[in-house]
Amino acid sequence: MRRQLPLALVFVFGLFMVFQFFVPHESSEWVYEYLLDWILIIGIFAVALGIWSLFHVSIARIRARKEGWQYSYVSIGGLFAMILFGFTARTGDSWGLYFFFAAALLLAIGAIMQTMLSGVSGKQRSISMAATAFFTVLAVAIAVLDDSWRFYFYTTEGQESFMFRHFFDHVMIPILSTMFALLAFFIASAAYRAFRARNLLATLLLISAMIVMLRFFPYFPFGLGVYAAKTSSWLMNVPNLAAQRAIVIGIGLGMVSTSIKVVLGIERGYMGKG
Amino acid sequence: MKHTLVPLLSLLLFTGVALAQDELMADSLQVDSVAALLPAPVTNVRAFDTDDDHGHSIMLEWELSADDGAGKESVLSYEVFRWTPYLMDSLGTNRGLRDSLKALADSTDDNSLESRIETVEAYLESGYDRLSAAYTAYPEGGEWRKVGGKASGETTITNAGAKEKESPDYIPDYTDLYYRVDAVTVDTDIRSKSNIVGPVQSSGQWFNGGRAVVLVSVLIFAFLVILFVWLAKRGSDLYVRPLAGIEAVDDAIGRATEMGKPILYVLGLGVASDIATIASFTILGRVAKRVAEYQTELLVPTADPIVMSVAQEVVKSAYMDAGRMDDYKEDSVHFVTQLQFAYVAAVNGQMLRQLPATNIYMGKFFAESLLLAETGALAGSIQIAGTDEIAQIPFFIVACDYTLIGEELYAASAYLGREAILLGSLKAQDYAKAAVIVLAFAGLLCANLGWSWFTDLFIVTN
Repeated sequence: MRRQLPLALVFVFGLFMVFQFFVPHESSEWVYEYLLDWILIIGIFAVALGIWSLFHVSIARIRARKEGWQYSYVSIGGLFAMILFGFTARTGDSWGLYFFFAAALLLAIGAIMQTMLSGVSGKQRSISMAATAFFTVLAVAIAVLDDSWRFYFYTTEGQESFMFRHFFDHVMIPILSTMFALLAFFIASAAYRAFRARNLLATLLLISAMIVMLRFFPYFPFGLGVYAAKTSSWLMNVPNLAAQRAIVIGIGLGMVSTSIKVVLGIERGYMGKG
Repeated sequence: MKHTLVPLLSLLLFTGVALAQDELMADSLQVDSVAALLPAPVTNVRAFDTDDDHGHSIMLEWELSADDGAGKESVLSYEVFRWTPYLMDSLGTNRGLRDSLKALADSTDDNSLESRIETVEAYLESGYDRLSAAYTAYPEGGEWRKVGGKASGETTITNAGAKEKESPDYIPDYTDLYYRVDAVTVDTDIRSKSNIVGPVQSSGQWFNGGRAVVLVSVLIFAFLVILFVWLAKRGSDLYVRPLAGIEAVDDAIGRATEMGKPILYVLGLGVASDIATIASFTILGRVAKRVAEYQTELLVPTADPIVMSVAQEVVKSAYMDAGRMDDYKEDSVHFVTQLQFAYVAAVNGQMLRQLPATNIYMGKFFAESLLLAETGALAGSIQIAGTDEIAQIPFFIVACDYTLIGEELYAASAYLGREAILLGSLKAQDYAKAAVIVLAFAGLLCANLGWSWFTDLFIVTN
């Protein structure tokens, strides 16, 4: 039963998804959208699992003093700070005691981590537990007494709040852009390796790549630029596109085949059973 | 005095009459000139329910105005109008009121607003119920509203409304609707109205005829898959071409074992419902089983919490099947982040710190493919990749030792397992590809001979 029920569910819902593709009626769309909503709901619960996994792995890394363990504190601090900023926003012009609250809450989380790291008993554990209790009480007291800011659990005010946007726009975005910018250098090193003329096919690749790259070179003499552009367009639109279409047809058939196997219960790898 | 007054009055009278006559003549001339500028109206306007859709949509066709591209050549565009009851405005206003009250209630915790919100909600509900009757009351209680436009020369338009009652573009199904089409000149005030067409009703269909060819193809292909799986089960010997990338997996795991270094398995940025990710789960299961048998360390950083949960289950089952449950570590499959480049930073960091002997990338990849694969190459790992993202395949080819191109990713699980029933589906794929090649050549021939009936068979609409 433990194995048959999921397979039966996959069969029923898989078949429905095929059915709804050919049935445009509103009733079919309604059921389809209802099922998609369920994916969202499951996703929200899964985020909690993801956060727990990240927290657990970070604690394990700190405990084992693995290389770069200090950064785990940064990732956990960042995780909880952004959750806090996303659920809070000021109500007036002043932040009041908000930053004391944020500091107290993050220190309480830090103290909880220390409690988890400091073993079953001992003086360090007692100190960590006392610190957890103190900072938690302090954070709750500030939250209750200070009305210059408030929690927004059901609306999006938190995501528009100054702290959330500030950290996202001025910390996250530049870091992510830096990672993306590395791609330029990686493309250069990958191209260098790929374009070495080791055999006939690699030489053809090198020549084709040169023509495609030179398409944008503005200083060709004798009108050669026009020929470079035309040859480049031909390379992109004929041999390249033909190869891509062949791959796309193969992918399409592979997708349908895998889907049929999943719906019929032939392929069960996703259930942990090969 | 009396003698001078009479001629003066007479003069004034005549002047007044003359002026009035001039004005009347000017008005009449103006009317005549506007009438002369009016374009010929569109003719033969037809409105009908749009085919193969979910309803809430009407299609209109007409014949061009005589002054569109001919005659006075004054028609620049066509504007389509639908008769709309005022009730739609009232509903829109009340929706706005309801939303404002809700926002106010959320921000102030004022419970007294609840009853007002309920009153507005009740009005909206009754309004939606009365909407059909309001449309049927044509021409009382409504006006013509523009719902679309087309450039001159065009003769069809689809007035696709929203299916949500909440939307201002909502078109109710099974309700009498009326349309007209105006031929418009450069001066938008100078236009000719067509005859009013209606009543016409929209409704949803139970079968999308535009996708019939897809249904037939899927049924034929499904039949082939089931047939070859059945043949494979009966013990038929099915030969499938070996894939270098798959055969390298065992060697790569052996290498990691000899070096005492971990194996990094990356599932990509896809979600659990992507076919590429589903195929990757199967490959992960096979890899994890070998890893468990060889007692090597496995690292699976994931970018989606659902993918993480499924991957944990897959790896756990693989360790169980290998009889090495004691070696299974739950943290070997862990969540990193859903942000693309933050994920890259974390995985690259893992590669450079732990220097895995083998990196396996299977699933859906985007711009992060080269960042990951190049870092892996720099770290000296053996790399095997597979993706169905066309744009990323070249990056993997240049940076990895082995690459599964497109459909090979889906075939990999069957190759790794060498199970007859999975190999059966590969055989079906091969026959389907052969059929596609034959049909492509037939299409080429027919298109060149002008036999469009053959190529028309494969047109998928909507």
